[in-house]
Amino acid sequence: MAEIRVMREDLRPPASPPRRHFISIKDVTRDDVERLLATARTLERSMEREVKKLPTLKGRLVINVFFESSTRTSSSFELAAKRLSADTMSIKSSGSSVDKGESLKDTAITLGAYDPDVIVIRHPQIGAPNLVARVTAAHVVNAGDGKHQHPTQALLDLYTMREELGRLEGLHVAIVGDVLHSRVARSLIQALSLMGAHVTLVGPPALLPRGIEAMGCEATTDISVIAGADVVYVLRMQRERMQEGANYVPSLREYTARWGVTPERLRPGQKVMHPGPMNRGVEIDPRVADHADALIETQVRAGLVTRMAVLYDLLTTGPIEVKTQSVLEVA
Amino acid sequence: MLFAKDAPREDIVVRGARVIDTAAGVDAVLDVRVDDGVIAALGQNLDTNSHQVIDAEGLVLAPAFVDPHVHLRTPGREDEETIASGTAAAAAGGYCAILAMPNTDPVVDSAATLGSLIEAARAEAEIPVGFLAAITKGQSGAELTEMGELAAAGAVGFSDDGVPVAAPGLMRRALQYGSVTGRRIALHCEERTLSRDGQMHEGEVSAELGFTGYPSVAESLMVERDLALAAYERQPLHLLHLSAWESVQALRRARAEGVQATAEVTPHHLCLTDEAIRSLDPNFKMNPPLRSGSDRTALIEGLKDGTIVAIATDHAPHARHEKEVPFEAAPFGVTGLETAFAALYTHVVEPGLVPLEVVLERMSAGPARAYGLDEPRIAVGSAANLVLLDLNASYRITEETFRSRSVNSWLLGETVKGKVRATIAAGRVAYSS
Repeated sequence: MAEIRVMREDLRPPASPPRRHFISIKDVTRDDVERLLATARTLERSMEREVKKLPTLKGRLVINVFFESSTRTSSSFELAAKRLSADTMSIKSSGSSVDKGESLKDTAITLGAYDPDVIVIRHPQIGAPNLVARVTAAHVVNAGDGKHQHPTQALLDLYTMREELGRLEGLHVAIVGDVLHSRVARSLIQALSLMGAHVTLVGPPALLPRGIEAMGCEATTDISVIAGADVVYVLRMQRERMQEGANYVPSLREYTARWGVTPERLRPGQKVMHPGPMNRGVEIDPRVADHADALIETQVRAGLVTRMAVLYDLLTTGPIEVKTQSVLEVA
Repeated sequence: MLFAKDAPREDIVVRGARVIDTAAGVDAVLDVRVDDGVIAALGQNLDTNSHQVIDAEGLVLAPAFVDPHVHLRTPGREDEETIASGTAAAAAGGYCAILAMPNTDPVVDSAATLGSLIEAARAEAEIPVGFLAAITKGQSGAELTEMGELAAAGAVGFSDDGVPVAAPGLMRRALQYGSVTGRRIALHCEERTLSRDGQMHEGEVSAELGFTGYPSVAESLMVERDLALAAYERQPLHLLHLSAWESVQALRRARAEGVQATAEVTPHHLCLTDEAIRSLDPNFKMNPPLRSGSDRTALIEGLKDGTIVAIATDHAPHARHEKEVPFEAAPFGVTGLETAFAALYTHVVEPGLVPLEVVLERMSAGPARAYGLDEPRIAVGSAANLVLLDLNASYRITEETFRSRSVNSWLLGETVKGKVRATIAAGRVAYSS
C-alpha cells in the first residue's frame, strides 16, 4: 500500500510486476467499489444458471489461511474460488505449524513458496495481512485482521443495501452495539462514507471508541435514534473479546435491556442487518432476526458473489486497466 | 558512580570548530587543546605540540551527551545488547556517559548483581556507564530493595522502569528511604488499570485502526500522584519519558510550587505523533506511546522553557524476530542511542521548533544535573567530554550503520541531517568517523 512504511528494505516486495491487495477500505475509491459491485451483480446472475461454475480462474491458486474461527467468511471465500475454477487450499492455525510456535512471517514464506496467486488471510492481530504482503509475492486479501478491517464484509453489506434499497447515496445507517471491538464496523463506516451514506453509531459509552467521530460519523448512546435510520446494522456482542473485569457494561442482561434491537425500537419496514454470528436474545431479539425485514441470509448470499468479484478483479484486471493504484493497491 | 574500561587519556587538539557551550558562555570558532584528557586551553591558533590534531573546520564542538535512560539488556538478553555493544553505540551517538536501567533478568536489585555489572563495565565499557538499581525487589512493587547498600555499591539512582510502583504507600516509603541514599529516584508513570492492553495512544488514530488505546490520563494521573508524594515528603524525584500534555502541565505547576522534580523526554516523542502508527510498523511501538500533535507541542514547549530538563533515548533494543510480527504481538521499545541527535536535528531543530543550543544543553548538562553527575563543560580544567557534529551531513539510516546489536529503529530507511563525527569521552577519543 502506498502509505505502508516498509520495515526493512529486503522485505520490500519486488517492484515489478505490480501487485494489488485488498487489505483496507481506506485505500479504495468510489469507482473501485462501483466496479466491484457491478462485477458482483453480473456474477450473481450467472449463479442463476444450472451449472454454476465459471472457468475464469482455472489454473490459479487461492490459499485461505484462517488463524481465527470463521464459518461464513472462510466458506464463502472457498466456494467463491471454486465457483471461479481456481485451485484452493485452506489452512487453519490449529493443527498447523502455528501450533508449534511458527511465526506468521515463516508461515507466510512457507505458503508463498507454492506461488499462490492469492492469499486470503484472517488473523487476530492488526496488520497481519500487511506482513504477509511484504514477505510473499501473492495478492493478499484481508478476511479480517483483529479489530482493524474486514473489507469484504463491508463490500457485501454495501451490495446488500444497494440491492434492497436501491441506493447508497444519502442512505442513513445506524450501527448498533460493540463498535470498539468491531472490525466490521470500522470497514463499514469507511465504506458507507465513501459511497455518500450517513452513519450513526449507537452503543454503551465504553464500547464507542474515543475519537471515532473523526471517521466521519456520529456517535450516541441513545438507542431511540435507530428508529430514524433506513438500515439498522446490529453488531455482535463479542463476548470472547471482553476482558474479564473490564466492565464495558455491567452485564449482558443490562446491555440487552438498553441496547438490544427489539421490534418495539424499530419502525415497520426498517431493514435490519447483522454480520453474524448472532447472539439471539442479546444484541438482537429473535423476532427481529426472523422477520422478513431482516437481511441476514441475503448478506450471506451477497458474501459469495462479492468475494467472487474481489478474486476476479484481482486476478483478471491488469494493472493497466486499474484506474487507481490505491484500490487494490500497489504494495 | 560511572564505570568504564581503563584507557590512556589522550592529548588532542580540535582545530577550528564552532564551539558551543551555553552554560560556559561560549559560542565562537576556537581551537580546543586537551592535555592528558583534560581541557587545557581554548583559543585561536593554539600550538598543537605533538598532539593528535582533529581538523574540525565547519563542524560544531559541544559538550558530549549524557543519556539518562538506556536499556543494556545485560544480564539476560545479551543477544539484544551488551555493555560493550551498547556503550559503543552510545559513543557513536555522541555520548560521554549513559545510565542503564535495572529491568534486566535478573533485575538489578542486589549488590551482588550490581557488582558484577560494574566489574563488566570496567572490562568492556567504551564510555562511562552508570547503573540504576531497582526500587523494589524483582521490580514486583512489593518490597523495597536494600537501597543503602546498593548506593554504597555504586548505584547511580533507583528505578522500577518498565513498570510503575503501583501502590502509593510503597512509593511514599521509597521516597522517604531514598533520601538517605542521596541518589535520585526515577519513576515510570503508568496507571495500569487505565493503560491495560493499550497498544497506542487513545485517540482518533486508535479509534480508526482498532488498536486498544493507552490514554494520556494513564500517565498523567500517576505523574500527579508522584508529584503530590514528592511535595508531601519534600523529596526530589525524576520522571521518566513524559509523553502527555497533562503530565507537562502538572510538572510545570509542581515545579513552580517548589517541588524538586526533574523530567526527561525522548527524541521519538519530540519528533513524532500517533499518526506514525498508521504504518502498522512495530518500530513505532513504545511505552509510553507516541501521542497526539498537541501532546508533542506541549513536550517541545516544556523542553524549551526548562520544565523538562533532559532528553533521554529510552534506547530499548529488541531482537529482530520479536519485531517482525504484527504490531500487537511486538514488544514495546525502539533503539535510539545512535540516532538521537540526527533525529532531533532533522525533526525539531531544522524546522525551527527548538533552538540547537537548547537541544545540546538538554542532551548533556540537563540530564547530568538531574542525577547529580558532573556536567560536561568546555572550559579549561574540565575533563574532555566533547562531541563533534557535522550539521550539514545528510545520510540514510540503514541497519549496517548500527553498532548496537539490535536494529529496531524507527528511523530505518529515513534520510536525516546532522552527524556525529567524533566523541571524546573522559579524555579519550571513543568514536570518530
